[in-house]
Amino acid sequence: MGPIGENELFFILQGLKWTVLLAIIGFIGGGVFGILIALVRTSKHQFARLAASGYIALFQGTPLLMQLFVVYYGVALLGIDVNAWVAVAIAFTLHASAFLGEIWRGSIEAVPKGQTEAANALGLHYVSRMKDVVLPQALKISMPATIGFLVQLIKGTSLAAIVGFIELTRAGQIISNQTYRPLLVFGIVGIIYFVICWPLSHVGSGLEKRMAKAAR
Amino acid sequence: MGYRFDFGAVFDRAPELFWGSLGTLGLAFAGMLLALVIGILGVAARTSKIAWVRAPVIAFVEVVRNTPFLVQIFFIYFALPLMGIRLNPTVTAIIALGINGGAYAIEIIRGGVESISKGQIEAGFALGLHKADVFRLIVLKPALRAIYPSLTSQFVMLTLTTSVCTSIAAYELTSAAQRIESDTFRSFEVYFTVTAIYLVISSLMMGIFALISRSYFNYPTR
Repeated sequence: MGPIGENELFFILQGLKWTVLLAIIGFIGGGVFGILIALVRTSKHQFARLAASGYIALFQGTPLLMQLFVVYYGVALLGIDVNAWVAVAIAFTLHASAFLGEIWRGSIEAVPKGQTEAANALGLHYVSRMKDVVLPQALKISMPATIGFLVQLIKGTSLAAIVGFIELTRAGQIISNQTYRPLLVFGIVGIIYFVICWPLSHVGSGLEKRMAKAAR
Repeated sequence: MGYRFDFGAVFDRAPELFWGSLGTLGLAFAGMLLALVIGILGVAARTSKIAWVRAPVIAFVEVVRNTPFLVQIFFIYFALPLMGIRLNPTVTAIIALGINGGAYAIEIIRGGVESISKGQIEAGFALGLHKADVFRLIVLKPALRAIYPSLTSQFVMLTLTTSVCTSIAAYELTSAAQRIESDTFRSFEVYFTVTAIYLVISSLMMGIFALISRSYFNYPTR
C-alpha cells in the first residue's frame, strides 16, 4: 500500500476541476437548448411538439452511460477530429437539454392560463409574452426541480470516467490503483461530491418547502 | 466520410445481447426488491420517536442521494471483501443498486405515509371497519396510490442505472456490449443497438406500470 500524500490529493483535485467544468458546461449548454426544447414542446405546432417529446423520451428512456458512448463514437464517425473532452461535453449538453426541457415544459404549463390570456389581451407578441410574462414566472416555479437536476448532472459527470475521461471519479480510480487504498480514496472522492451536492440539494428542497407553504 | 456501417457484426451476437438484457432485467428487479425492503424498513426507522434511530437513516439518505452511484458501487465492491464478504460482481451490483434505490424509496414512501390524514383513519373506525380493513383500504391503498408514480419512475431510473454496473463487470447488457465492442471494433453500431434495447426495456416497463395503475388505482379521489 502506498500513502495518500500531497501529490495524490493534488491529482484528485485536478480531476475535480474537470468534474466542475463538465457540469457547468453541461448545465449552461443544456440550459440554452433546454429552453428551446421547452418552447417547442409547448408550441402550437403539433409536429414540432411531437418531435420535442420524442427527443425528451429518448434521453429519459436510455442510460446516460449509453448516451455518452453513442455520442462519443458517433462524433468520431462524423469525421470531425475532436478530442474526448469535446465529445463528452456534447453528450452532457444533449442529455441536460432533454431533462431541463421537460422540467421547464412543466413549469411553463404550470403558469396560470390567465397570464397568457392577459398578455394576449394587452396585445403582446409571442416573444415578449414568453420573455416578459410566462418565462420569468415559470423559472421561479422550476427552481427546485432545476437545482435537483443540477445535482443529478454533477453526479452524472462521474460516468465520463467509464468512457476514459479523467475527472474526479477516474482520478480516484487511478490513485486507488496506484496506492491500493480503494476505501480511503473513494471515501475522499465521495466526500468531495457530497460537499458539492449536499448544499445544492438543501437549497432545492428548502425552496420547494417554501413554495409549497406559499401555495397553501 | 468513408465509414461503412456494419450492424451485421452486432446482430451476429444477438444471443449475447438477449442474455445481457435478461441480466439487466434480473439486476433491476432484484435491485428494486431490495430497495423496497430498505425503503419500508427505513421509513419505519425514519418515523421513529427515538432520535438516534432516526439520525442514521437521515444520514444514509443524504449521503446516498448526494454521491454518484459509480462511486458507491466502487466503494461497496472494495468494502465487502474487507468485511470478509466475498460475493460475485453481479450480487455486489444488486446490493449497490438496492442501497441506492433504497435511499430514494425511503423519501418517496415517507411522503406517501405522511399524506394520509388521521381523520380518514378515525372515520374508518367510526364506520365500523375492522383494523385490517382500515389498514388495507384507508392506509395502504391510498398511500400506494400516492407514491406509485414517483416510485415506479424511480424504478425505471434504477433499471437504466444498472448499465453502470459494467464498471465492476457484473453480468448485464452494457458489459455484453463492451465485450462485443472489443471483439468487433464496431463501437458505434454496438452502442447504438444497445441504446435501442434499453429504450425498449424502459418503454415496456413504463407501459406495464401505467397499465397496473389504470386497473388498480382507478377510483375517484374526491
